[in-house]
Amino acid sequence: MAIEVLMPALSPTMTEGALARWVKAEGDKVTIGDVIAEIETDKATMEVEAVEDGILGRILVPEGTQEIAVNTPIALLIAEGEAVPDAGAVRPQASAAAAPQKAEQPAATQQKSASATVPAQTASSVQPAAGKRIIASPLAKRIAGQKGVDLSTIKGSGPNGRIVRRDVDNAVTQGKPVTSVTGQGAAIAPSSSSRSVPHSGMRKVIARRLTEAKSTIPHFYVSVDVELDALLALRSQLNATSPEEGLDVFKLSVNDMLVKASAIALKRVPNVNASFTDQAMILHDNVDISIAVSIPDGLITPIVTHVEQKSLKQISQETKDLVKRARAGKLKPEEFQGGTFSISNMGMFGVRDFSAIINRRRPLFWPLQPQKSSLW
Amino acid sequence: MSFDFSKIIARSRAVSKQLSGGVAHLLKKAKVPVFDGYGKLDGVAGDKRKVLVTPTKGAPVTLTAKHVILATGARARTLPGLEPDGKLIWSYREALVPDELPRRLLVIGSGAIGSEFASFYRNMGSEVTLVEVAPRILPVEDEEISALARKAFEKQGIRVLTSAKLGTLRKSASDLTVPVEVNGKTEEFTVDRVISAVGIVGNVENIGLEGTKIKTDRTHVVTDDLCRTGEPGVYAIGDLAGAPWLAHKANHEAVMCVDAIAGKKVHPIDITKIPGCTYCRPQVASVGYTEARAREAGYKVRVGKFPLMANGKALAMGEPDGLVKTVFDAQTGELLGAHMIGAEVTEMIQGYVIARTGELTEAELAETIFPHPTISESMHEAVLAAYDGALHF
Repeated sequence: MAIEVLMPALSPTMTEGALARWVKAEGDKVTIGDVIAEIETDKATMEVEAVEDGILGRILVPEGTQEIAVNTPIALLIAEGEAVPDAGAVRPQASAAAAPQKAEQPAATQQKSASATVPAQTASSVQPAAGKRIIASPLAKRIAGQKGVDLSTIKGSGPNGRIVRRDVDNAVTQGKPVTSVTGQGAAIAPSSSSRSVPHSGMRKVIARRLTEAKSTIPHFYVSVDVELDALLALRSQLNATSPEEGLDVFKLSVNDMLVKASAIALKRVPNVNASFTDQAMILHDNVDISIAVSIPDGLITPIVTHVEQKSLKQISQETKDLVKRARAGKLKPEEFQGGTFSISNMGMFGVRDFSAIINRRRPLFWPLQPQKSSLW
Repeated sequence: MSFDFSKIIARSRAVSKQLSGGVAHLLKKAKVPVFDGYGKLDGVAGDKRKVLVTPTKGAPVTLTAKHVILATGARARTLPGLEPDGKLIWSYREALVPDELPRRLLVIGSGAIGSEFASFYRNMGSEVTLVEVAPRILPVEDEEISALARKAFEKQGIRVLTSAKLGTLRKSASDLTVPVEVNGKTEEFTVDRVISAVGIVGNVENIGLEGTKIKTDRTHVVTDDLCRTGEPGVYAIGDLAGAPWLAHKANHEAVMCVDAIAGKKVHPIDITKIPGCTYCRPQVASVGYTEARAREAGYKVRVGKFPLMANGKALAMGEPDGLVKTVFDAQTGELLGAHMIGAEVTEMIQGYVIARTGELTEAELAETIFPHPTISESMHEAVLAAYDGALHF
């Protein structure tokens, strides 16, 4: 019996991802723990490991496919000597999830075994080359346009996953992405002297979250000039103590010192090391500082945890490692999700002052993350 | 010109018999065992349901199945004093197999069934009176269509009485006298036959619904939009399960039900996407919202109309009476409904049904190229008429 490899949810908020690369090819032998593919989410690239021994019988989702819903079968693992099943025989995962929304479904549940052999949806519709063509009825498209609904965020319930009017209506009532960002995006048609570049998943999330943050979280900004002469002097003094070579080499940056200084300040003023929720202020004991790192597709914020307990040298080394892996898209989810405080530093570009936007990261928590710009 | 009425009826029965024989053959080919008899839900055995079948002859048998579909249909509704007697008072059943052509006929009820019989018998030469309690004939159709149907009927010599109340009917050995009150004035009609076409009732009796969680509402089994009853594993389809009382609706429900049981993904039926056809002359066909119902539902509508008088094919056929009417949602361009009266319209309505089912807007319909010369061109024109204006009217 072939085992389906499903699109994994690499974080609690992940609903879809892109298949960046197949590490294994069809016919390759895999053992538990082998990396078989790389998945790209809005935040990072991660590896998918085999959970069973076997042979990669069939790749269902080609490399480069975007917006694959979590739990969509992406490959079939088969036992040695077993025939490769038809792609069409794959349990139509997407259709099962989108099955009529009525509470009970006696027919469907009792007959699950039968459904395995019924190609109610063809393989091609299970893994739509999403991002390329959206299949929707003319009426659904028109209403989506009128209401500013992003069709790419909607799962179709019509034949072969076609988006029909009721899907758009449901999206509107559920308050799905009707952001002004996507609305405007749809309205601006590329002219002959411009060209359109499809958004990366990350870019879409950034646009959505920051719009949401800026419009739902009151921002206020305070600027103060700080003389850093003493800090810079201390930095030179400390850096001079670094060995010339070896594992213990370090070079503290101004940013490392700001991270540490923020941690000390947050311990002194615990009300700032907090997250806002509707019911209460959540005060955090540890100081986990997110550092904004610019990457080609957008921005990611790896976290230096327990900064209050760490030395400058530790902070510096950890930060370097995190930034390096962030740029390579190799962060693990827990390394960029959470954080009690964020630092966006553009001082190295000669920026004197800028107004950051709070990044609302978790749906239940609204991390209160004062942004800090440095000046020197 | 003369014709042999009994041969007309005999031919219609022969066609009907051929078709039902065809179904029996298909069942046999598909290796479906058929048990002739009266079926009744009879409790459960494990995870299966028992159905007791009492054959017309022989001993009862008990069948078991995980899923049971109830499809016992419906029968004519009877009004007190108007019970079909098989001789002078007919239901649709007797009206389909008349022994002779009645000279004078009174039809009670002007829904699809009543209008079809009134039209057929009038065309055969009977003197026909059509009586309707509602203010217009074909009351579920768009008002304009009703008015045109009435006009056409009256032109053909059918006496049409609407907002009419029936008095007590008196029978003699060979004829009946029916008092009909309209606007406070009573007129007596002496006729040879009366057809009672005042709706249908579902066959919910003696099928074992008692003591189950299956609910009924005014003689019909209550189901959800996937034909499921209150009892898991029991489904109801067709006339038994409610309006509209149409064979194609029952057929679609049957397929949907079986697909769902087989684990396929199915889509609930939207009754505003089921076409209705009335085979009177002129024919009537419609789908979706009437103009009035669309307005009631709160839509801002755009209405387009095209008379068959301006259609070449209809003129050439000598059938210039008729109208095609479209109702669009002004905001979204959704085709909310379409209503047609005239020659061949029952063959054309599927075009609009496809448009509604496929969620096309006025734009796709306007861009569709319709063949010339056909009556269907007027469907295109009726779309254009709702927006920039028809080309040929």
